[in-house]
Amino acid sequence: MVLGLALAGWLSARSRAWALRADSGGRLASLPNYHGWYVGLWIFIPTVLFVFVWNAISPGLVLQSVLGSPAAEGLPAIESARLDALREARDVATGAASSTTNPDALPMIAPFSDALSQYRWIGIVLTLIIAGAAGAWSYLRVKPEFGARTRVERVIMAVLILASLVAVFSTFGILASLIFETFRFFEMVSPIDFLFGTFWSPDPMANPDNPDPTRYGAIPLFWGTLLIGAVIAMIVAIPIGMMSAIYLTQYAHPRFRAWAKPALEILAGVPTVVYGYFAALTVAPMIRDLAMSVGIANASSESALAAGIVMGVMIIPFVSSMADDSIAAVPQAMRDGSLAMGATTSETIKLVLVPAALPGIVGGVMLAISRAIGETMIVVMAASTAANLSANPLDSMTTVTVQIVAMLTGEGSFDHPATLSAFALGFVLFLVTLGLNFVALSVVKRYREAYE
Amino acid sequence: MTKIHPNLEAVDPKMNAESVSVYYGDKQAIKDVSIGIPAKYVTAFIGPSGCGKSTFLRALNRMNDTIPSARVEGQIELDGENIYSNSMDVVQLRARVGMVFQKPNPFPKSIYDNIAYGPRIHGIFEQKGDLDGIVENSLKRAGLWEEVKDRLNDPGTALSGGQQQRLCIARAIAVDPEVILMDEPCSALDPIATAKIEELIAELSGRYAIVIVTHSMQQAARVSDRTAFFHLGEIVEYGRTSDIFTNPIEQRTKDYITGRYG
Ligand SMILES: Nc1ncnc2c1ncn2[C@@H]1O[C@H](COP(=O)(O)OP(=O)(O)O)[C@@H](O)[C@H]1O
Ligand SMILES: [Mg+2]
Repeated sequence: MVLGLALAGWLSARSRAWALRADSGGRLASLPNYHGWYVGLWIFIPTVLFVFVWNAISPGLVLQSVLGSPAAEGLPAIESARLDALREARDVATGAASSTTNPDALPMIAPFSDALSQYRWIGIVLTLIIAGAAGAWSYLRVKPEFGARTRVERVIMAVLILASLVAVFSTFGILASLIFETFRFFEMVSPIDFLFGTFWSPDPMANPDNPDPTRYGAIPLFWGTLLIGAVIAMIVAIPIGMMSAIYLTQYAHPRFRAWAKPALEILAGVPTVVYGYFAALTVAPMIRDLAMSVGIANASSESALAAGIVMGVMIIPFVSSMADDSIAAVPQAMRDGSLAMGATTSETIKLVLVPAALPGIVGGVMLAISRAIGETMIVVMAASTAANLSANPLDSMTTVTVQIVAMLTGEGSFDHPATLSAFALGFVLFLVTLGLNFVALSVVKRYREAYE
Repeated sequence: MTKIHPNLEAVDPKMNAESVSVYYGDKQAIKDVSIGIPAKYVTAFIGPSGCGKSTFLRALNRMNDTIPSARVEGQIELDGENIYSNSMDVVQLRARVGMVFQKPNPFPKSIYDNIAYGPRIHGIFEQKGDLDGIVENSLKRAGLWEEVKDRLNDPGTALSGGQQQRLCIARAIAVDPEVILMDEPCSALDPIATAKIEELIAELSGRYAIVIVTHSMQQAARVSDRTAFFHLGEIVEYGRTSDIFTNPIEQRTKDYITGRYG
């Protein structure tokens, strides 16, 4: 309805502007379209704001008037029963429920529907008045010399600012709630025990008021995360990613590069669950069988190695596309200079291109690590939930993200320290990835500047 | 056909090009060019831009090999040996025929490592002390030693443009080439830095065969012994620099040096 009004304003103002233009025979300061937009926005924005405000306050007003009606005297005195009755009556009145069996609610239905329709009409009338007033006021300003264009521009800017503020504030909101829950957890378990303890086995069934801090040592989780995400995955991803980037930038035929590079980047879009299947169903059993066949008996079928390898495969496109971009960004003159000195292509790559591109490559690798350690699906599916502090990659190990999932979906109540520990884990993980991203981006940025 | 000035003394050429044509894909950039490049002289290539000077220069050390679409026909000899034959090792060729580019392109490494780059990849030193000597010598010959001897570990990219270009010349000298090709080496430099490079070219000319591409006729007149005038992929006229500038044979050469085009 509001849109319709705005559209009407838009059309009428535009036609008026056209008419003005025809009348004066000259040019308007702004195109007729802008006058249309100006009036349309003037109608749309105040009206929408009003509708929001009205929707927020009208239930209160309705309730007020219902409580003022004579039927309200028959309501039960008990707070909860009274609220129940009111709620059921309202549901019937609005049509959300077809009938009610609550005897207290029955007499309230009629006053409720009266008040509802009364306030609905008030709302509609007010909306129309506001739209009309705003429309009329702005419509009157449609004159040849009126700068509607700059004003519309200003509104557009305001809308854009608003949109970016929404993004910023929601980030802060999420962060704030994370911090809040983390503090609640640290009231129960000291940060020292949490950050430096080496035994992780929260018991969601234990007495929540008296948690055993020795079971909340997060070191094994961070160790597992680092081993899987930063060590094993990178041992896989860095060499393969680098070599494919070098091949694509330096040796591949341009036509091959033209489709191979996007193809590699598509790999980055494969949902991580798919990698998870691959890890759990293919790679993990393969590694276990391989370990058995060379005589390692106690290899776990949920080894850190399997999760890490698949994670590495997932990360390859990130590493290779960052490395590709940074190598390709090294000026051709560097390459020519080296070749003209009599260096071979591979010497040129090793001695000039990779060193020159190194900051960008390092930045890419750090972004990749931060992605790997925040990655959830693969490890949830392929790694175990047993927290082991072990250097043997064939052991089962767990990661921070796996434990966050395990704790949040566990049996503990929401207030239980075992559940809250998920927030503390998330918060620490957030800080780590934030730090990594920050360093990585500043490295990449400095490197970009070096060639401009 | 190239007009050779009559009083051009015949010298044994260091490099000799015989009916060289260069193509980029289907487009012919150099048309049947023949020229001898003498040792211990400075030879200048002049001509309007786009006429193929850089292309021909790059053919002399096979830098065109790095451009996939480029193709070279004809024969270019270095000391009588065809550089496009299968037995010629490009790596060796480029060590013998060095190149300095239009825009200074020091590697993002220290000054020392920039100079040591060539000697290291070609293994032309016995021990670390020798390498220090090569670096010092090359920088001295390029007239840069006094300016940088206290900061050999600073990045080469931190030098001024003129210093960077002299660093690139020193880098080329460090592998002790026989020929040095320079493609408009001063076009990115201010007049003072240009004067320094020109001085340097004069000093180096007794030692190496130098080929310099330049768009400045004054520069060609100042630094070169011989001049070849390129036009539309051909060498129109070739002779002693003084002859070309005072006594051109072809109308096209006359037009160019009197500034009528290009
Ligand atoms: N890499 C290349 N690919 C295709 N054409 C090229 C390339 N380099 C140069 N050319 C063409 O070859 C011709 C000669 O260029 P160039 O040798 O650079 O001229 P100059 O150095 O005399 O200005 C020009 O027409 C130019 O457009
Ligand atoms: Mg050129």
